[in-house]
Amino acid sequence: MKDIILKAENVSKQYRLGEVGSGTISHDVNRWWYKIRGKENPYLKIGDTNDRSTKGSSDYVWALQDINFEVERGEVLGIIGKNGAGKSTLLKILSKVTAPTTGTIKSRGRIASLLEVGTGFNGEMTGRENIYLNGAILGMTKREITSKLDEIIDFSGCERYIDTPVKRYSSGMTVRLAFAVAAFLEPEILVVDEVLAVGDADFQKKAIGKMQDISKGEGRTILFVSHQLGSVATLCNKGMLMDKGGIVEYGAVADVIEKYLIPSTNESTVNSYIPNIESLKNKKIFFTKIETINFKNQITDFFGFNEKIKIRLTVTIKEDIKNVVLGIGLQDKFNVRVCTFMNNLSDIITDNSKDNFNVEVTLPNDIIAPNHYNFIFALYEHNVKTHDIIENACPIKIHDTGTMFSKFEGIDYGNVILDSKWKILDNE
Amino acid sequence: MNNTNSSNDWLFEIKPKSNFFSLNLKEIWQYRDLLFLFVKRDIITVYKQTVLGPLWYLIQPLFTSVIFTIIFNSVAGIKTNGIPSFLFNLAGITVWNYFAACLTGTADTFKTNANIFGKVYFPRIITPLSVVISNLVKFGIQFLIFIAFYIFYYFNGYNLILNPSILFFPLLIAVMGLLGLGLGMIISSMVTKYRDFSYLITFGIQLLMYLSAVMYPMELIKSKLPSYGWIVEYNPLAYIIETSRYMLLNFGQISVPGLMYTFILTIAVFFIGLLIFNSAEKSFIDTV
Repeated sequence: MKDIILKAENVSKQYRLGEVGSGTISHDVNRWWYKIRGKENPYLKIGDTNDRSTKGSSDYVWALQDINFEVERGEVLGIIGKNGAGKSTLLKILSKVTAPTTGTIKSRGRIASLLEVGTGFNGEMTGRENIYLNGAILGMTKREITSKLDEIIDFSGCERYIDTPVKRYSSGMTVRLAFAVAAFLEPEILVVDEVLAVGDADFQKKAIGKMQDISKGEGRTILFVSHQLGSVATLCNKGMLMDKGGIVEYGAVADVIEKYLIPSTNESTVNSYIPNIESLKNKKIFFTKIETINFKNQITDFFGFNEKIKIRLTVTIKEDIKNVVLGIGLQDKFNVRVCTFMNNLSDIITDNSKDNFNVEVTLPNDIIAPNHYNFIFALYEHNVKTHDIIENACPIKIHDTGTMFSKFEGIDYGNVILDSKWKILDNE
Repeated sequence: MNNTNSSNDWLFEIKPKSNFFSLNLKEIWQYRDLLFLFVKRDIITVYKQTVLGPLWYLIQPLFTSVIFTIIFNSVAGIKTNGIPSFLFNLAGITVWNYFAACLTGTADTFKTNANIFGKVYFPRIITPLSVVISNLVKFGIQFLIFIAFYIFYYFNGYNLILNPSILFFPLLIAVMGLLGLGLGMIISSMVTKYRDFSYLITFGIQLLMYLSAVMYPMELIKSKLPSYGWIVEYNPLAYIIETSRYMLLNFGQISVPGLMYTFILTIAVFFIGLLIFNSAEKSFIDTV
């Protein structure tokens, strides 16, 4: 028997696009007229799916459409998806900020949300007064706050400023204080939306640690929305992928992240280089096509840390290739060289009768640290001539698949992760 | 029976907005500390970083009374039957101010709190309630000034008598607060969709003051403008102001039908306000 703590049934949310103005009165009157005759709201039938890039035919849009899911007690559910997929709308409905248009959400526990911490802070009041005010807004009683006050102040690390008005705080300090208040809430279900993006590395680590304590130590349920896939991978055990107001994938977090990163075949992110014909006129040896490919043989720019990266190059040769070297440089996001791979063309090409050659280079997995990278490709004769060079080509992103560094995502901890051996040396 | 059992199983449900009258008193009680903290915030932050601080609470009614005394009593010659004109005006203004503050304070509840309402849930009614209560504190301070002047005039030989009905004065103030709250909730819900109402309220409250017998006795308008006097007679606030002067200064007379009418209207407005406020709070964030 599963212990379901939260259940969403056919939840949908409709928004009206454009300006709310004189048109609202006529729609309101119309809606009311349908209602007194006992008919259904006429505007519920219309509405486009939420695809922000295309122009819709209707003024109404479904931000969420028929959402159904169940969350078990103690689960940490990571909700991921592109901007505008409906994640925040769902969280808003869960935290009762706005009502769904249709459908219901049933819960067996108190829900508290951590939506953009710091709202409800009053700049004129001191840190201590704000702890009380913010705690009460989040649903704590005065007595609960008093009993945890010391812990909250300690966790925030703002002790020295606690009797200073909050308007004199730095933005980082405000966030620390706000997160500290929320972290000591004791709801059965905690809703967290992107709060960890702010604050310094030290605090992010602390915040993630605290969330882990809450879920593992205290067995409470967390719904976590984030674009930092590394944090989602470490923190969550279930995942939910949303797109255009619907749930695309729901299940184990690793599968869901994979589904998100590996685009479905009909809308693949093509990551390939094709030269323009003009530039090739004077070249004798050049690249005609370069692609980055994942282990499923799909062209992509997204790779997991634990995945091999295959680079497939097509080289056209109209000249003697003795001494020509094919070099590939991997560059980090600041275009600083991480490492170089090279080989003599004459060593890898044995058949001289063809003009075009397909070369596949495989980079090892579990070494290149999660981050953004790009490549530099060159065909050259050392100290003699450069036949072809392509810079900043094929940008890729390597995402964290659960390394110990995932909590430092976005922070520079180097471009390679090497497996190291550790042992304690006895002095005696 | 089975049905109720299975729905009791869940702690709560989040549903599309219903039109049923639903005021969750238990939930409001759970958030009573928040109500108290909001009141505290309103009081301590109003005059922060001002030199005169809480003195501003006193300056406004005093100056208004002085000006009213000059314009309406000295220039226009409204008689106050042996009661000092200044005290007559101060009584009306102090009581009126409480209503005006409640109404304007609650009328933009949704607009001024959109940011916080958009992030966290708590019973929205807490916000207008806190306005009414924190203004009660402000009213208390202003009322002290009235008492000070009352004593001053008393010892200067004016014949001032408290009416025994003064015992009902707190009830009168409560009715007034309730009326301000009810009207404010109706307007605040309207403002979420139609901003027109927030412009209406700023000058509407000014006009309403002239129709509420603040600077003249109700008798006077009935005798001087017999054809328009009914407007004032239908205004529940006129009865409240008139009655409060009767209680505090033993001036004029009490109209029992008028008070009954005021009382019933207040209850009606308050419940209609609750109803509209409740239905607005669920989806206002999409329209505000």
